[in-house]
Amino acid sequence: MGNGKSLFEKVWDGHAVRELSNGQTQLIIGTHLIHEVTSPQAFGMLRDLGLKVRFPERTFATVDHIVPTDESKEPFSDPLADAMIRELRKNAEDFDITYFDLSTGKQGIVHVVGPEQGITQPGTTIACGDSHTATHGAFGAIAFGIGTTQVRDLLATQTMAMSKLKVRRINVDGQLPPGVYAKDVILHIIAQLGAKGGIGYAYEYGGEVVDNFTMEERMTVCNMSIEGGARAGYVNPDDTTFEYLKGRPYCPSGDAWDATVEKWRAFASDPDTVYDDVVNIRAEEVAPSVTWGISPDQGFSVNGTIPRPEEGETPAEQESIREALEYMKLTPGTPIKGTKIDVAFIGSCTNGRLSDFREVARFIKGRKVADGVKAIAVPGSQIVAKLCENEGIDQVFRDAGFDWRRAGCSMCLAMNPDKLIGDQLCASSSNRNFKGRQGSPTGRTILMSPLMVAAAAIKGEVSDAREVFELTACATA
Amino acid sequence: MALDKITTVQGTAVHVPGSDVDTDRIIPARFMKCVTFDGLGGYLFYDVRKHEDGSDKEHPLNNPRFKNATVLVAGSNFGCGSSREHAPQAIYRYGFRALIAESFAEIFFGNCTTLGIPCVVATGDDIKVLAAAVEADPALAVTVDVEQCRVFFGDQSFTVHVPDSARDSLISGRWDPIADLLESMDDVSARMQELGYSA
Ligand code: SF4
Repeated sequence: MGNGKSLFEKVWDGHAVRELSNGQTQLIIGTHLIHEVTSPQAFGMLRDLGLKVRFPERTFATVDHIVPTDESKEPFSDPLADAMIRELRKNAEDFDITYFDLSTGKQGIVHVVGPEQGITQPGTTIACGDSHTATHGAFGAIAFGIGTTQVRDLLATQTMAMSKLKVRRINVDGQLPPGVYAKDVILHIIAQLGAKGGIGYAYEYGGEVVDNFTMEERMTVCNMSIEGGARAGYVNPDDTTFEYLKGRPYCPSGDAWDATVEKWRAFASDPDTVYDDVVNIRAEEVAPSVTWGISPDQGFSVNGTIPRPEEGETPAEQESIREALEYMKLTPGTPIKGTKIDVAFIGSCTNGRLSDFREVARFIKGRKVADGVKAIAVPGSQIVAKLCENEGIDQVFRDAGFDWRRAGCSMCLAMNPDKLIGDQLCASSSNRNFKGRQGSPTGRTILMSPLMVAAAAIKGEVSDAREVFELTACATA
Repeated sequence: MALDKITTVQGTAVHVPGSDVDTDRIIPARFMKCVTFDGLGGYLFYDVRKHEDGSDKEHPLNNPRFKNATVLVAGSNFGCGSSREHAPQAIYRYGFRALIAESFAEIFFGNCTTLGIPCVVATGDDIKVLAAAVEADPALAVTVDVEQCRVFFGDQSFTVHVPDSARDSLISGRWDPIADLLESMDDVSARMQELGYSA
């Protein structure tokens, strides 16, 4: 008993080259993903040092963070954004790196593109200069967000210095009620364990609910590991994983496929793995969730009552509730339901995939966005956009009063023209509700699932999607 | 690749008071739209140094008395918040070569060490004494001795804390991991093949 290894340990051990003089491990990162914001300086450092990209075939590039979603003609109207995009193009050319450029039909948010192309594979290590790299863990990969100097280290050596993490297993068992989605599961986990709860850990998600999740749902969960403080998050690879990957451009095919699948399967954590920590979550307790504060762990059921500062257990917690409510302009002791919204955003690497738009389209057909609400839908990649357009999903969104945009990060971090204005309140399917995150220093964000964003857009206020869309199997949580 | 051995930093100092100075304050997000870190020095502490019209607010860095300071003296939890490397880059490019504070945020500390910027930890009382001395005489020579873990100024000095791994890396000229990483490229290539990443 207890000699089993977790997937994390198997992958780590397989990729560890040696111990460095400062005690950290030199770890091979098999797949390196880059985008326009955190890579140009790294290429600059590489040039300054006179180094080359050591394994150019293992770095993949795309543009997402600052790309405009409402214009397609270059040069773009923001000269700084335009320069950054041109710089990436040049670096990819100079160093012979595969680049999913705007003209390829494959561009998109880096965490959507990797899986879509089959670059993200089980048992591999992946890194990107972006904290939501954990998304790729949905495939049983160990994936880290890194800083710019580490981007340089990967370009030059395909390795980086890193300290090993502990592993926390999170079981989600039972049956999710109707109207409750993967996004609600991860918001619930973060609210339970806290935004710093995962520091020093990789999260392994499992249990009935996660086993039954599609790959897109697993990606939504792994994506927000970082909001829970964990540096990485993953799900063990299984038939669902292999089915998703089969036939993707960068996956083996023909005779090699079966052997590869057997190899991938063996990476899954052994049944007798002893974890550093185990947390059990009951699916029945997960409700459609919303955040009320300025940290992703300040969240609860949509039927919750906005907390009073006095409810904080420590003076520091009381202070953080006070600060959050003051910023959010919410009244303690009142229901969050009914809070008026100004903007609705469906998109991001958390919830900008085909299944997200498909699910919302099922319910918004024949409905209209409320007067005075600006609603935008931003596909996570050009391929997602195309698949949606093939199914007529874009038209359903347009008919309902949404702007249907081009692929990119858009209002998730607002480095492009999609920004909140003043203290506008946004119902958002993204992952961060920090102060000023959506582009205005006083802008406000409430995180929720895409269907909850749609419900809020239609009602013009924070609403329970189960009521708005008559998901009657369950009244309130 | 030989890096400078950073054993001491000598210069003049400026005190920027306050605790929990986060990386957003050190370099606001909008200045991250750039392809090199080169120009970042000019935006250091931008929103606390400048009015909306670009004119100066009152801030130690705007005070001509401290114009050429190379040692930044700060409070506790300096560099907290986002992990953006743009923050230590802005500090370095502004001209600072060493930081003395009551404590540093972990990621920021790591980023600084990698760039060869020693971050040394002093007690609040020692920082007060140093700040007062610098205020009285901005030309006062301040020496941050990384090797001996001491700060010298005028005829005074105090002990500072520097974590072993950072101290060793700095004084042996191995503060940037790239040299270490490049050493084992033969092993890396072999392992890349074994793992099926490269042919
Ligand atoms: S969608 Fe948002 S969280 Fe995801 S990569 Fe883009 S900016 Fe980062």
